[in-house]
Amino acid sequence: MANGSSLLPLTLERVSFTARGHAILREVNLTIRAGTRTVILGPNGAGKSVLMRLCHGLLSPTSGRVRWATLERPRAPRRQAMVFQRPVLLRRSVLGNLTFALSVAGVRRADRAPRARDALERVGLQALAHRPARVLSGGEQQRLALARAWMLQPEVLFLDEPTANLDPGATREIESIIQSIHDSGTKVVMITHNLGQAQRLADEIVLVDRGRIAERASVDRFFRQPATAEADTFLKGELPWR
Amino acid sequence: MLKARDRNYAQFRQCSPEMNTVSLALGEAVAMVARADPTLVEIVVLSLRVSLTAVVLATLVALPIGAALAVASFPGRQALIVVLNALLGLPAVVVGLAVYLLLSRAGPLGALGILFTPGAMVVAQAVLVFPLIAALARQSVADAWHEYREQLHSLGAGPIASAIALLHDLRFSLVTIVLAAFGRAIAEVGAVMIVGGNIDGVTRVMTTAIALETSKGDLPLALGLGLVLLAIVLLLNIGAHVLKERAQRRHG
Repeated sequence: MANGSSLLPLTLERVSFTARGHAILREVNLTIRAGTRTVILGPNGAGKSVLMRLCHGLLSPTSGRVRWATLERPRAPRRQAMVFQRPVLLRRSVLGNLTFALSVAGVRRADRAPRARDALERVGLQALAHRPARVLSGGEQQRLALARAWMLQPEVLFLDEPTANLDPGATREIESIIQSIHDSGTKVVMITHNLGQAQRLADEIVLVDRGRIAERASVDRFFRQPATAEADTFLKGELPWR
Repeated sequence: MLKARDRNYAQFRQCSPEMNTVSLALGEAVAMVARADPTLVEIVVLSLRVSLTAVVLATLVALPIGAALAVASFPGRQALIVVLNALLGLPAVVVGLAVYLLLSRAGPLGALGILFTPGAMVVAQAVLVFPLIAALARQSVADAWHEYREQLHSLGAGPIASAIALLHDLRFSLVTIVLAAFGRAIAEVGAVMIVGGNIDGVTRVMTTAIALETSKGDLPLALGLGLVLLAIVLLLNIGAHVLKERAQRRHG
């Protein structure tokens, strides 16, 4: 979005990741393009979270390359953001958490509070602006984490099981915020274990299985007629009544 | 029957004069504190000045170093952490001796000419509490770093911004650490005795005065100072506890 050339597509070339002699990802090739909502599915321990952290730059591949179309300049504000399964909030007010992120992103002091309030309004937390962030409910904390990521106007937003610990009501709110983030032009890449959520939010599905990309398909195709045995097994395991 | 009474009487005769002395001295001590006896006040004020300055200086250096040791990675880091933790148990007299050698005429910092002044006592106490503050701060920051690392990295915060954010986040635990350090500094006797010299009206602080007055037999002043010292240490601990509890309730 900002300053000219796009970060996307993101290309992973033969990316492997090994931790303590244990291969977590093996020679993964993957291209993530702008526009669509990508949902990453897969059994526990398949390597989904590691894949996302490699994309976001929190981990470095053991071998292979993670290549963005445009390099992020080292000291410039980041153009991608990530929301974790458990929101990590600072011991400050709700508003303070947002202004901190803006200050790290190099936003001028005078602009921070207005932008933070605007972000709170978009996720419906404006009434809680002065509450200590860490005593909010789980759903409110996750909405704040989403507001923090969204406010930075990232080109790409990574979400690692953002609703894993939430009740259905909070999950619906989070899903609607994710939809709004997509509508505002941010590329959404999300891991989930909730197949209903995948169907609601995905345009395309990437299935990770035992450290490899097992299948990649549009959401309709994936759920109606999976092309690979891995996808079939995964869906049968998750939806035994199918 | 008789035997028991004799024994009691003998004990009474043995204890009574001292008991009397102690209770008299205690009464006089309380009176001194109550009327803010000038000698006592002077000593208390000097103690507070020396220890506060020492703790502030040590904190200014120890917090950044503790945070850096928790957040940054560089060769020799593990060794530094081990050394720092070992220094936690540093005996005060050894610190006093080292600072004495450093500041004595022939020593490397002899030119400063601050041996046997409150300045030397500040240096000794600062050196004494520095490892305490740095090691405990490092531990807290390291624990928090474990939790925040990915998020801060994701936001694009560099090591310095991360360290500052963590120190700010841990402000309540850090205050507790600094108060503990102040408690150690003000209650310490060996180091200030060696580098200060316990000079009346110049470098005599509560602990050195207590040691001296007790050996001289001036119990009221010693006891009065003891009471003040006890009160200060108690108040510090209450303060630290209340602060921590309130922060915990407010911020989770």
